[in-house]
Amino acid sequence: MNIIISNSSNVPIYEQIKEQIKSKIISNELKVGEMLPSIRSLAKDLRISVITTKNAYEQLEKEGYVETIPAKGTYVANKNVEIIREEQLQKVEQLIDTVVNIARVSNISKDEIKSMLDILYEEE
Amino acid sequence: MENSLEVKNLCKKYNGFELKNVNLSLPKGMIMGLIGENGAGKTTTIKSILNVIKRDSGEINIFGLDNIKDEKKIKSDIGVVLDDSFLSEYLTPKDISKIMKNFYKTWDENLYFQYIEKFKLPQNKISKEFSSGMKMKLKIATALAHKPKLLVLDEPTSGLDPIARNEILDIFQEFIQDEEHSILVSSHITSDLEHIADYITFINEGEIVFTKTRDELLEEYGVLKCAEEEFKKLDKKDYIKFKKNKYEYEVLVENKNEFRKKYDFGVIDRASIESIMLIYIKGEK
Repeated sequence: MNIIISNSSNVPIYEQIKEQIKSKIISNELKVGEMLPSIRSLAKDLRISVITTKNAYEQLEKEGYVETIPAKGTYVANKNVEIIREEQLQKVEQLIDTVVNIARVSNISKDEIKSMLDILYEEE
Repeated sequence: MENSLEVKNLCKKYNGFELKNVNLSLPKGMIMGLIGENGAGKTTTIKSILNVIKRDSGEINIFGLDNIKDEKKIKSDIGVVLDDSFLSEYLTPKDISKIMKNFYKTWDENLYFQYIEKFKLPQNKISKEFSSGMKMKLKIATALAHKPKLLVLDEPTSGLDPIARNEILDIFQEFIQDEEHSILVSSHITSDLEHIADYITFINEGEIVFTKTRDELLEEYGVLKCAEEEFKKLDKKDYIKFKKNKYEYEVLVENKNEFRKKYDFGVIDRASIESIMLIYIKGEK
């Protein structure tokens, strides 16, 4: 499993870890029931503080992606992948909604937005 | 969360220096970095915790026990690295083990030599001939070999090159893999602590300025850089301190995102521990 932390990013480190683990769960690279590295070993291997990894895990737990069994470890929770996808889809929809609103107000055409999307996708 | 170390209202007065009501608590399993400029009181705090110097007043508890009344009991569970070496430089790592065996009931010779090997230290060479990095690693191996639960280190990385510093940070993170273990480490090399310390405690002129988690400090604090006219628009309660430079104002703010909601000028960078210290010490309100 790769987790890549940028120290110059504006995104907080715990957020970076959270998002990367989340995307691995959604893409099924991390499977339901799979054990995640312990908070301490992950902190050591990423060379970050324990509190930071703890923060990331706590948020993942709050959002239902993982569950922690005391004295055993943290596991990928049995959250329905469909539900997760649905949630992500909703998020995308909201953001597109904002984009469309801005575009309408500022007279930016649908084609312009489309070509922007194409460019952004290609950059990936 | 249980605390390994608790310092309450610690006071100590010297000629020309005073430690004023120092409060600290270090939870089990965590690393706390003690930062401050030279002479701010880091070493005095550490030495009071170890009861190497007598405090004037206040309370210090280690693993829930009083650090003076239960000194003997506590000491066997603390590993200490101080700036002034307490071991002769004419001893080899091998000699040190022979001596320490008599001091500590819990001295683990095997463990000690494992560290010596891991740190690539020659067993039969006197430490006088070691590089500063090697000397520090020897001190740390010695501090770890009696299997302490709390590691207290004063400036362990000062004077070391980046490679040696990194190796030492690795040792720290390895040590706290056990949730019962904790570390109090003072340093003025703040970048070392930026990554691995869970809590940062800032001491200035004998007083604690703050204790914050690493995430609060580095993800929330920000340094605004702006022009004088812009600076004048700021409400005093929206920033901590500022520093006027030749071409810009540097303003320390507690939460850069909150700040951005209210003001839209200037640039805000993530605050490094170094810049926080600098603006606190050199800045004005």
